[in-house]
Amino acid sequence: MSNRAGRDPHLVVVGASLAGLRAAESARRSGFGGAITLVGAEEHLPYDRPPLSKEFLTSDDPSPTVLREGAVLRDDLAIGLRLGTRATGLDASGRVVATDDGDIPFTSLVIATGATPRNLPGGDQLRGVHVLRTIDDARAIRAAIDAGARTVVVGAGFIGSEIAASARTRGCEVTVVEALPTPLARPVGETMGRVLASIHERHGTTLKVGIGVDGFEGEATVRAVRLADGTSIDAELVVVGIGVAPNTGWLTDSGLQIGDGVECDDKLCTGVYGIYAAGDVARWHNPTFNARMRLEHWTIAAEQGGLAGRNAADPAGATPFETVPYFWSDWYGNRIQFVGIAAGADEVVTVLGDVEGDSFITLYRQGERLIGALALEQRSQIMKYRAMLSTGASWEDAMAFAKDRAAKLAAKAAAADTG
Amino acid sequence: MRIHTDIDRCTGHGICESILPSVFEVGDDGLVHLLDGELTETMRAALESAVVECPSQALRLEG
Repeated sequence: MSNRAGRDPHLVVVGASLAGLRAAESARRSGFGGAITLVGAEEHLPYDRPPLSKEFLTSDDPSPTVLREGAVLRDDLAIGLRLGTRATGLDASGRVVATDDGDIPFTSLVIATGATPRNLPGGDQLRGVHVLRTIDDARAIRAAIDAGARTVVVGAGFIGSEIAASARTRGCEVTVVEALPTPLARPVGETMGRVLASIHERHGTTLKVGIGVDGFEGEATVRAVRLADGTSIDAELVVVGIGVAPNTGWLTDSGLQIGDGVECDDKLCTGVYGIYAAGDVARWHNPTFNARMRLEHWTIAAEQGGLAGRNAADPAGATPFETVPYFWSDWYGNRIQFVGIAAGADEVVTVLGDVEGDSFITLYRQGERLIGALALEQRSQIMKYRAMLSTGASWEDAMAFAKDRAAKLAAKAAAADTG
Repeated sequence: MRIHTDIDRCTGHGICESILPSVFEVGDDGLVHLLDGELTETMRAALESAVVECPSQALRLEG
């Protein structure tokens, strides 16, 4: 096999979380015979992040979910691991990744460096103030919850909401502070954002919306969170969940096009031959919705990682990445699931259950088309809509389908009552 | 070729169902159920996707 750099084939994957792991694995499984190196800034083997804000904080056994054992990676898949190694630069034309532990030449590359949580000014200098991204962050938050900390979560997005729900479930006094008037308006829209926010209040979590955080009180350790209206909330634990920034700093001088993430085409290629991106760091064109997207979903990272790895292993045979976005969030034992997109919806209609209750499905319409579906505790229903979304189903068909499902469920319930 | 489901791990995301609705379905119990019907070689790539895209690592493909 020859290549432009005249080197032996070497696929380097920068970022050893879900997207990076999948990229390395799928490249090997697709038949790539060259060397593969997986480079990760954290010391840990690839582990699963979603549980960190959920089961890791609530269960009796707070152990991380390792996605793949080192022996499987090294021995079965012949993937070299460079953990605890941080990429610091990229020479795209010379095809070298610079790291804090020396240069790594490559012939093809997958960028999967993820994103870093934003913090508030001063937040990183006070004990008791945390963001949540890594297992080390989660351990610190868990320790505070174990101690029964009065908890303030800044930001009522999904991560913040999950942490709030976990702390509340463990019996902590919890307040969530959100700067926007409606939580979750971006991912699920205003109407359903309000509906989801009400779940917090039903479980005894205090929610303050439309108010910013002014700063923290406390010397070395946080004592309280000061709000924009001059009031303050006492807290031993503060978790800041106000979004993330894609990790592109190391690519500043690479010549790659960087905007809100690494700009990619529909095949996840950066525009430089053999260099792809995947996961939270990648912004790409999604043909299913004819829109450019950068999504921070588990499923996207898994799917994109797999495809970017295969494409990087065989750029000439690269294929596009199309998907119906899916994300979930678990609060107080309830599962929220969303498929599709919410932005640009003209109307939302609840087709099953009750938005004031513990279970419902709501559909999102744009023009004549179904564009999204939100479910609370409707695990058996939601994926039917993902399948419809992938084929560009009309609103009329989606509503007819929903009506049919509702009738069948009602008949089943009636039969169970009389039987 | 055989697909194995680990019900202790499954939490009913249904990604598998969205990939292969002829094989997987999330039931009213919120867990994955295997539908009757033979697995064919033409399904292998989709089955492999279902396995690696399961957020709960609840699926395993044998054979």
